[in-house]
Amino acid sequence: MSAGSTLPTAAPPVPASGVAASLRHVRYVLAENPVTAGAFALFGVFLVLALFGPWIAPFDPLATSPDKVLQPPSATHWFGTDQLGRDILSRVIVATGLDFGMAFAAVLLSFGLGCALGSCAGYYGGWIDRMVSRLADTIMAFPLFVLAMAIVAALGNSVENIIYATAIINLPFYIRVARAEVNVRRNAGFVEAARLSGNSEARILAFHLFPNILPPVMVQISLNIGWAILNAAGLSFIGLGVRPPQPEWGIMVAEGASYMISGEWWVSFFPGLVLMLAVFCFNLLGDGLRDMIDPRRRT
Amino acid sequence: MSAPEVRGAAVSPEGEAPAGAPLLEVEQVRKLFPLKGRGSVLPLRAAHVPMLHAVDGVDLAIGTGESVGLVGESGCGKSTLVRLITRTLDPTAGAIRFRGEDIARIPASAFARVPQRKLIQMVFQDPTDSLNPRYTARETIAEPLRLLGGLSGTALSTRIDAVAALVQMPHELLGRFPHQLSGGQKARVGIARAIALEPSLLILDEPTAALDVSVQAVILHLLADLKQKLGMSYLFVSHDLNIVRLLCDRLMVMYLGRIVESGPARQVFESPRHPYTRALLSAIPGLGGGASRRIRLEGDPTSPIDPDPDRCRFHGRCPKGQDACTRSSPALVQLAPGQVVACHFPESA
Repeated sequence: MSAGSTLPTAAPPVPASGVAASLRHVRYVLAENPVTAGAFALFGVFLVLALFGPWIAPFDPLATSPDKVLQPPSATHWFGTDQLGRDILSRVIVATGLDFGMAFAAVLLSFGLGCALGSCAGYYGGWIDRMVSRLADTIMAFPLFVLAMAIVAALGNSVENIIYATAIINLPFYIRVARAEVNVRRNAGFVEAARLSGNSEARILAFHLFPNILPPVMVQISLNIGWAILNAAGLSFIGLGVRPPQPEWGIMVAEGASYMISGEWWVSFFPGLVLMLAVFCFNLLGDGLRDMIDPRRRT
Repeated sequence: MSAPEVRGAAVSPEGEAPAGAPLLEVEQVRKLFPLKGRGSVLPLRAAHVPMLHAVDGVDLAIGTGESVGLVGESGCGKSTLVRLITRTLDPTAGAIRFRGEDIARIPASAFARVPQRKLIQMVFQDPTDSLNPRYTARETIAEPLRLLGGLSGTALSTRIDAVAALVQMPHELLGRFPHQLSGGQKARVGIARAIALEPSLLILDEPTAALDVSVQAVILHLLADLKQKLGMSYLFVSHDLNIVRLLCDRLMVMYLGRIVESGPARQVFESPRHPYTRALLSAIPGLGGGASRRIRLEGDPTSPIDPDPDRCRFHGRCPKGQDACTRSSPALVQLAPGQVVACHFPESA
């Protein structure tokens, strides 16, 4: 029940259709927690920029103009211009789509694969568990950023390979969370009851255990997207993955780094600031997402 | 109510049971769990793996419409026996005949797909733990009807409403999640799920142990009612002997993986022949006051890990234990009509 709008005569809330109840619950979580609401608002802004960036950007992010090189922030160019006279605001806006796309794709891959592997390991145990756990340990044994560099270097310098590399280094976190969460529930009464209701083992895993491990995994996803953005930008920063003319936060910070000393701080400051805001936003989002997805938080 | 048609549908895949044969017959069923690891890959190194004898040669029979109570202390193998009968666990040896057909030969992993699955259902001990926290009451009750009953659409929702009415679950609570329900309401959901397909055998694993005393009585009345209405057989597993006495026709006492005494409930309560049964009954609060003194069991229970087959398992705690008890394990002997006892020195009637 949302605060304030409840009729005094309201009997126990009648959860009508699932969608309406879910929406009401989302509203409740947001109203309860202003920080989460702020994070969601910020996320909304980023999402709009990512989807409609090219139409929102005031200038062409690739158009160079030799007469407007390295101009400080002004009314026309809010974030200033870079060493080729390109508008930094437009480049930052257009870059959102690429950075978010890479991070989402990578996290989606590691979430899907990691949850599948981790759930099976936690549920079936035995040799599946041993193999999956050793795989996770092996990945964790490397310094993760160095591993990502090695993967991109070995597979080739492309956006897809940045996604694969980011997905691989995030895999162990999902495997571990899914394995642990399934493991504590596999002997729960509702699992045995599901067997008596005619569920096969695979169905129990997919329809009974998996929905129950979603809340903790959701927190992991949210923290992980911020980290994945940082990772993708980091790889671009050191010159892997995205190629220079294309706007991307990591490259923009790298390109502007050399101008910091000579006083043109805005070239790398604004892409860095937006990158930081994006990571910050996802870190705050985690708890709110968990509360939304967990029916036990419904009142 | 659509109850009669569904019952007809539930029974039809089965053949006619032989007349007079019990609904369920468990014969010399055993379940041993290996203790050390999961066994070596190399058979050469597997010298001797210690075995935990959870259920060690149990016979029992449940007739159509009969209520059988199974009592025993924690760790005596009740839960394992229940899992063997509900066929979520494969026995090491023995036969479990349901309507004359040996269902012990069907592996537990395949049992969800056989017609007997919907005829053997169970009500779990802890109503909170046994309901999926992400399923509403309606979804929980719907699941067996969808997966085993093949119902969908309006037929499904009509049946859910009928079952909810049967367990006196208010209709407007069906959309709630378990954490929004009280203990008694959760118990009703668990019962509704179990009886939705009108099973012929319902196993009740301490169905009231996790409930308030006031709710216990209501749920027990409901169970007694349902048994009458649906003609089910009950296997009632409990610590609470008073409940067993109220609801059960027959009583079986289990100790360390074996049945030590079984017989008509009233008879066992009035004249227990096994020293363990006597001790158990004397521990009932409210009964032990005047006439029968409370019997305290001294000593440690025998370990269930590789127990000596030629020694009574109760020896060491038994107030009547003698040398003979360490030389051979007593078999079940009939001492009165319907009452069998496994003891070398049974109490006199």
